[in-house]
Amino acid sequence: MIELFRNPNYDFIGKRKWAYIASIAFTLIALISLAARGGLRYDIDFTGGTLIQVRFERAPTIAQIRTNLATIQLGESIIQQFGDALEFIIRLPLAAVGSEEISRRVQGALSANDSLGKFEIRRVEFVGPQVGRELQLQALYLVLAGLIWIAIYLAFRFDMRGGVAAVIAVCHDVIVCLGGLSITNREFSLPVLAALLTIIGYSVNDTIVAYDRLRENRGKFVPKGRTFAQQMNDAVNQTLSRTILTSLTTFFSAAVLLFFGGRTLEDFAFVLFVGVITGTYSTTYVAAALVVDWTNYIEGRLRRGKKAVAKA
Amino acid sequence: MPRHLRVRIAFVLLVVAVSVWYLYPLKRALNLGLDLQGGIHLMLGVEADKHVASQTDRTAEDLKRALERKGIGVQRIAREGNSTIQVELASPQSWNDALTAVAEFSTFTRRDENQAAGRFKLVMVERQINQLRDDAVRQGLETIRNRVDQFGVAEPTITRQGADQILIQLPGIQDPARAKALIGKTALLEFKMLDEQTSVEQALAGQLPETSELLYGRETDKQTKAERKVPYVVQRRTLLTGAELTRAEVQADPNSLGNWQVAIEFTSAGTRIFGELTEQNVGKRLAIVLDGNVYSAPRINERIPSGRAVITGHFTVDDARDLAIVLRAGALPAPVVLLEERTVGPSLGADSIRQGLIAITASAVIVFIFMLVYYRLSGLIADVALGLNLLMLFAFMAAIRATLTLPGLAGIALTVGMAVDTNILIFERIREELRLGKSPRSAVEAGFRRAFRTIVDTHLTVMGTAIILLSFGTSSVKGFGVSLFIGLGASLFTAYFFTRLLFDLVYMGRRKLEQVSI
Repeated sequence: MIELFRNPNYDFIGKRKWAYIASIAFTLIALISLAARGGLRYDIDFTGGTLIQVRFERAPTIAQIRTNLATIQLGESIIQQFGDALEFIIRLPLAAVGSEEISRRVQGALSANDSLGKFEIRRVEFVGPQVGRELQLQALYLVLAGLIWIAIYLAFRFDMRGGVAAVIAVCHDVIVCLGGLSITNREFSLPVLAALLTIIGYSVNDTIVAYDRLRENRGKFVPKGRTFAQQMNDAVNQTLSRTILTSLTTFFSAAVLLFFGGRTLEDFAFVLFVGVITGTYSTTYVAAALVVDWTNYIEGRLRRGKKAVAKA
Repeated sequence: MPRHLRVRIAFVLLVVAVSVWYLYPLKRALNLGLDLQGGIHLMLGVEADKHVASQTDRTAEDLKRALERKGIGVQRIAREGNSTIQVELASPQSWNDALTAVAEFSTFTRRDENQAAGRFKLVMVERQINQLRDDAVRQGLETIRNRVDQFGVAEPTITRQGADQILIQLPGIQDPARAKALIGKTALLEFKMLDEQTSVEQALAGQLPETSELLYGRETDKQTKAERKVPYVVQRRTLLTGAELTRAEVQADPNSLGNWQVAIEFTSAGTRIFGELTEQNVGKRLAIVLDGNVYSAPRINERIPSGRAVITGHFTVDDARDLAIVLRAGALPAPVVLLEERTVGPSLGADSIRQGLIAITASAVIVFIFMLVYYRLSGLIADVALGLNLLMLFAFMAAIRATLTLPGLAGIALTVGMAVDTNILIFERIREELRLGKSPRSAVEAGFRRAFRTIVDTHLTVMGTAIILLSFGTSSVKGFGVSLFIGLGASLFTAYFFTRLLFDLVYMGRRKLEQVSI
């Protein structure tokens, strides 16, 4: 029998002070990167504009494409290599002319002289300004709805403390994922949004497993003198091998998508990849740790209250 | 012996059979999204207010005529905003007669009356405005559906979204630009007389009488392919519209080789009007205007009683065919604007399918091997369960005709990783119970029982977020939500029903269970 851990008994919760520092540091790095880059870089889904994916028969340079596009007068275009050396994405800002006219002009400009050779337009996306604005709002509502759903479910199944701590942990994961996007200069697109929502669900999953175990243990005989922090630590240790195994399989799946899923899915897979790691971490070091400190704080106040009563 | 073993085996076999039945044949069963099979996705916004405005214009015309018939002098009648008509009588004396005449227009109410000045406003009632807006979208949808049907697209989706949007999905289309032009055209065909009193130079200098306007025609040079805009001074008054057409057919242009034209035929009412207007305007030029562009302006040589005419304009056969289609299907009651477009070429779609399948396969293979190595025989059981999970997932998607998109494929690859979580939870629990010294039989029992609540919790939370994704309008996100939701549902079923059954078959049936391979 292969076992990752045999009756593990690591002191996770005892080291939570260090973890808080790490969590805050990661969150800060993410926020600083977001602030330094002036917020998220939104995909045209959210900003509106036109995206044209072109595949050439022989590899051109970005400069060559830019020279050819200079004549069309459609504003500042962004040209990026996409996947292999033959494929490129051209992004154009919203313009007064319609999308038909835009793709016609781009097609004309690319074939204007024979320097670029033959090409195929593989994808055209046009998003009007209205749709973009609507989507930005909707995305925000979507993430909020996800967080609220989790807070309600956990508060209902466990208690308010558990619910709030889990939501803080999930927020931590979301911020770290967004920071990861920002640091690697990736765009916030619709698939990325879907990945974030998945991570919200996934991250809370681990937290539930630990909470469930804690509650089950507390329902049974608790050895005398075991503090709440120790009990939480036991629960985390008892579910440790499951947590690691599940994280591993999910991590494999995300990694496969990242490395074999193609360029279109890359940003999406990246968020999952980062999210699985931070989601696993935040269960113990954000959610469980916060519940411990919160409970200690309340119990401490109760005890002090009782002492004061006894003195009087 | 475990309970109800036969019934449970029969149930699982039934599930497998139904799944296979839904998935056969595979090509037809799965509904591929546009990002996978290629095609166009268009979201159009109907400018329904313009329909309200044009109806208000029409009422203003009618009102003017009604007042004139009764001999009531009118200083001014004009539309204000979309749904208000300003009326100014020539003299306040005719106030009472005017009010009687106005009373016939029951969809408008009077406001801001000023009897001394002979002024009042007519405002369209709210119900009528809503009705007209709704009509504009519904008729627009019908017209577009007609055009797409005549254009010939397999399995188009044309539906109304919200109050004033139309979603159009055309799978597997070869020439997106042409399809878009066909759909988005208002196709308002108008016949107007040229204003031959005013020269183009005067008009360009801004000296245009109020009854005329400057319109342009497009001419393409055959050699250089350069487009040239030709200005025309046209009288504003519309004499006849495309609403009076019964036929529109493509013909070869007998006067210029390689060019095509569209032959049209009017209804009986249209034929009468066309006959009159040609009779009254012999020797003058008639402009044929489509959506504000002059297609041609032939000189009328004689009265045309037949109600037949041709539209020429150096068309290619495709141009002529598309023009005939839009003329037959009729004009859109209000113009449409393109809000969103997503066009994917067939080769990109094929690439996406390949990459998605590679990701799913690779993810499944890694997880399969991992489970087998780590949990041995029990791992094999989990792998079989995972296989059933995938089968059910695809079958369910086929059954509800869900659309499989690229993010949807990603969702499936991810589900593979998450679905084994259920088995891991159970297996780890069984191992724990074994470590506590329980007998294999009671360890398995306890493992399944104790893990159950956690499994339900974890599935419900993620399925909750999947539902939130499902409620999101955009198809790519929706596709991901669908496969995530169904995948988790299937995983809940297989873990608790199928894995348990296999355990019962493999282990629990034995009289003496020495050990569990886990």
